[in-house]
Amino acid sequence: MAFSKLYDSAAAAVADIPNGATVLLGGVSGANAPTALVSALADRNVRDLTCVCDSTYYGAEALHRLVAAGCVSRIISPAPFGSGKDDMVHELWRSGDLTVEVVPWGTLAERMRSAGAGIGGVFLPVGIGTRFAEGKEIRVVNGVECMFEPPLRGDFALIRAARADGVGNLVYVGAQRGWNSAVVSAARVAVAEVDQVVEPGSIDPELVITPGIFVNRIVRANSAPIG
Amino acid sequence: MSADKERLDRAIIAIRVAKELPAGSCVNLGIGIPTLVSMFVDDESVVFYHSESGVLNCGPLAEEGSEDIDLINAGGQFLQPVPGMAYFSSVDAFAMIRGGHVDVTVLGAHQVSATGDLANWMLPERGVGNIGGAMDLAAGADKVIVAMEHNDRNGNPKVVQECDFPLTGRGCVSLIVTDVAVMEPTPDGMVLREAAPGWTPEEVQGVTGARLIIPDSVAEYEV
Repeated sequence: MAFSKLYDSAAAAVADIPNGATVLLGGVSGANAPTALVSALADRNVRDLTCVCDSTYYGAEALHRLVAAGCVSRIISPAPFGSGKDDMVHELWRSGDLTVEVVPWGTLAERMRSAGAGIGGVFLPVGIGTRFAEGKEIRVVNGVECMFEPPLRGDFALIRAARADGVGNLVYVGAQRGWNSAVVSAARVAVAEVDQVVEPGSIDPELVITPGIFVNRIVRANSAPIG
Repeated sequence: MSADKERLDRAIIAIRVAKELPAGSCVNLGIGIPTLVSMFVDDESVVFYHSESGVLNCGPLAEEGSEDIDLINAGGQFLQPVPGMAYFSSVDAFAMIRGGHVDVTVLGAHQVSATGDLANWMLPERGVGNIGGAMDLAAGADKVIVAMEHNDRNGNPKVVQECDFPLTGRGCVSLIVTDVAVMEPTPDGMVLREAAPGWTPEEVQGVTGARLIIPDSVAEYEV
């Protein structure tokens, strides 16, 4: 098949991410993050990115690389802060160089799902009676207080998967699926970094986890450590 | 001075919490003492662990040398694989939580109020904090158990009449297990259920911020 979403390099796959873009990052820990794509993006010295991610806390070297390179002006995450006193995200937040928005993890997932599914937001019971509900539209649904959460769309999603075919069908391994498959549909352009690229037909259609319609670009993972 | 009395260690707290998990229940364990609970659930009592990272029926923490980088919990810790395990998207993981499919969650806390308000995501002195999946669990899980030390590092009570730290959820906690006591928040206030060996109810009250409702019989901490 001549058609293929495979790019030659991570650099080529992120070459058009502009300053000010909203970038959704896959991976729950550094282990299953799209490290080659993030490295390539940091090397480009883009500015004012909004990064939406699970956490920077648990070994998320990928996001730290972008933050350290000065590419990020805003983080939206359930767990953006490190535990130590010398946490870079905390320091930058305190000095006013970084805007940080903390969002309950499931609410963040549902806001992105809404964007990817073309839904105009959702009413969620999470956070009622806390400061997360302040200023939000509250509605009682079947006797349960819920707050309105708008969709959250990305310009680009950078994710990690185990295997792709040329049309972008993806298969994950283990907990890699969790956050990567949650963010992939919510961006205008989704880029998947994978360990293995196979011919279309090599992945049993019954076992495709993310259908290729959600995936625009594929690159082979770079196993070199991030630095 | 009750503040100087001997307290139970973290493993004993975890053992006590493990007794609260019904056989066949689906359980989500938070970070810290809650994570230890999985080490003490006996094999007879089959418990299904749920993780926001997108894993169901995972085992307890993996032993050193057998870690699998693709099998982690929400805290990035390595888990043991077990037969019957399932992987899924985080969207589904939180549908399971909010949808009432997770029976019990065990969480750590900075403060719990007499009526079961939970504050566990931000220390005001730091000005910021990580919420993770705690707010989803507080709102969605059928039963919220808090496992924590009774007092903080400076000796301040963590079981308080009203929380003054930012809340994670209101009236959501149904049981508190500490290194000193087992307590039950109710609409009427905090009921003392069990006291650690050697502790009188009055001594427990001495290290507790909330006014304790002390029933006629307070059992010894059952482990």
